Amino acid sequence: MRPGIVVRIIAFAILLAFLIVPDLFAPVFGLLTKNGQPAIYNQGSLLDLTFNHLAIVFAATSAATLIAVSLAILVTRSFGVEFLPLSRSLANIGQTFPPVAVLALAVPVLGFGTAPTLVALFLYGLLPIFENTLTGLVNLPQSVTEAAKGVGMTWAQRLFKIELPLALPVILAGIRLSTVISLATATIGSTVAARTLGEVIIAGLTSNNTAFVLQGGLIVGVLAVLIYDSLAALERWLMARTGQAKRAAA
Amino acid sequence: MIEIEAITKTYDLTTVVDQVTITIEPGSVCAVVGTSGSGKTTLLRMINRLVEPTSGAIRIDGEDTSTIHAYELRRRIGYAIQGHGLFPHRSVGQNIATVPKLLGWDKEKTKARVTELLELFQLDPAQFRDRLPRELSGGQQQRVGVARALAAKPNILLMDEPFGALDPVIRAKAQEDLLSIQRQFKTTIVLVTHDMEEAIHLGDRIAVMDEGKLLQYASPQQIISKPATPFVAELIGTGDRPFKLLSLARVGKYVEPGSAEGDPIDVGATLRDAYAELLWSGRAALPVSEKGQLIGKITLDQLSSHARPQ
Repeated sequence: MRPGIVVRIIAFAILLAFLIVPDLFAPVFGLLTKNGQPAIYNQGSLLDLTFNHLAIVFAATSAATLIAVSLAILVTRSFGVEFLPLSRSLANIGQTFPPVAVLALAVPVLGFGTAPTLVALFLYGLLPIFENTLTGLVNLPQSVTEAAKGVGMTWAQRLFKIELPLALPVILAGIRLSTVISLATATIGSTVAARTLGEVIIAGLTSNNTAFVLQGGLIVGVLAVLIYDSLAALERWLMARTGQAKRAAA
Repeated sequence: MIEIEAITKTYDLTTVVDQVTITIEPGSVCAVVGTSGSGKTTLLRMINRLVEPTSGAIRIDGEDTSTIHAYELRRRIGYAIQGHGLFPHRSVGQNIATVPKLLGWDKEKTKARVTELLELFQLDPAQFRDRLPRELSGGQQQRVGVARALAAKPNILLMDEPFGALDPVIRAKAQEDLLSIQRQFKTTIVLVTHDMEEAIHLGDRIAVMDEGKLLQYASPQQIISKPATPFVAELIGTGDRPFKLLSLARVGKYVEPGSAEGDPIDVGATLRDAYAELLWSGRAALPVSEKGQLIGKITLDQLSSHARPQ
């Protein structure tokens, strides 16, 4: 087994232990507290918050994937080419609009809670997936797309049997980027009362408790690294399986 | 039979193929030659409607191709291209089975056909069926590409520079294999190439194109001895015209009775091979053998009289 994998397994084990029995780590975090503050987050279950955090990210990224991939497929078909600039700017706006601003705008309409956070993460996640799907579909080897037409595949057969399978690793790279960005960005959802790990960080900031801030930050950070790595490994495996070992991931 | 009638393709203001009319006999090989930009590939791609003609008509066995769904038409016509275009995520077996699967052949029949084709192209089925294309050499990939094109037993095979990416040795072998398969199955082949040598070697008829126009459509002998325009003559090259002519005929046809000194030459060799052997060994005549038996001789005089337009 390679050392990289061992390190990741250990990191995962420590994370799991911390989420299930956080009090084990009280002595470590105790070093960061002052004036007898609690060392471990005590306003709710860390495990619950983590699950909720992941669920929000998963929901937002799935929705973004569905919309962004469909949009990219649409604008790479001959009948949809004229929508390419429009959909590009839409995805760009989603990315440039700060999530905090989306939250501020969405709260009056959707109220406090999870909904505005989902909207912000969804908009923020569109662009990387859209751009990567576009790259994946447009940069297929020309001889392959040509052959797919030449053997008499219909457009749907070409899309589902040739183009999407070959573009999948590149699309997945976009999803990976989006997921990791969402994991971090989801924490600000707690400012509008979404139940994410942001709660732990905010609780720490308001009570001037460095231990809380660090706990929230570390859980998000380790989760992001682990998820990033697993998705990257999945991409490499897909690349090899689809016979594209030499094609670099975008 | 493929009848191409006054076919024209115009993009905006440029005419890529201009009023080309060709009839290709069933079971023959038609080589389309031209420089890049001559419109030869566009002409080929109009036959299976990868490019839709601006005007004109193409009929296959009397049936107008514009009346058939494009994808159905393409399933009936084999198509092999330069750089093979194999699907990199599918095994060799799956690649070859593409068209049979699209046509809904049952599993047994498809599998049997894949095995048959792999054997025909000298690729051991047990060894190659489940490999991915990238695990094959260039020559093997090219063979799988042609096998895929032939999988559903099409009457017509379109080839766009199929041997362009191969080195000379493998290329010569691939050409021989193609010819023997063509003779065996009587497939009508339309082959696009920029290489006149290849066209002369493979084509029963050669169509020479330049700037979208058909300059000459004739047998290799006629193209070499009576080029229609200076451009055709230039494509052939004047330097080795005699040798190209000699390469078109076999020794067997010109055997004279009698005997000669030295090693014999096989009856199936080309006149060019015989001529080369005569020059190399400094003889005036060669004994000719058929299956190990001496059947006569071929002379330098005989050869020189065939090395010029008749």
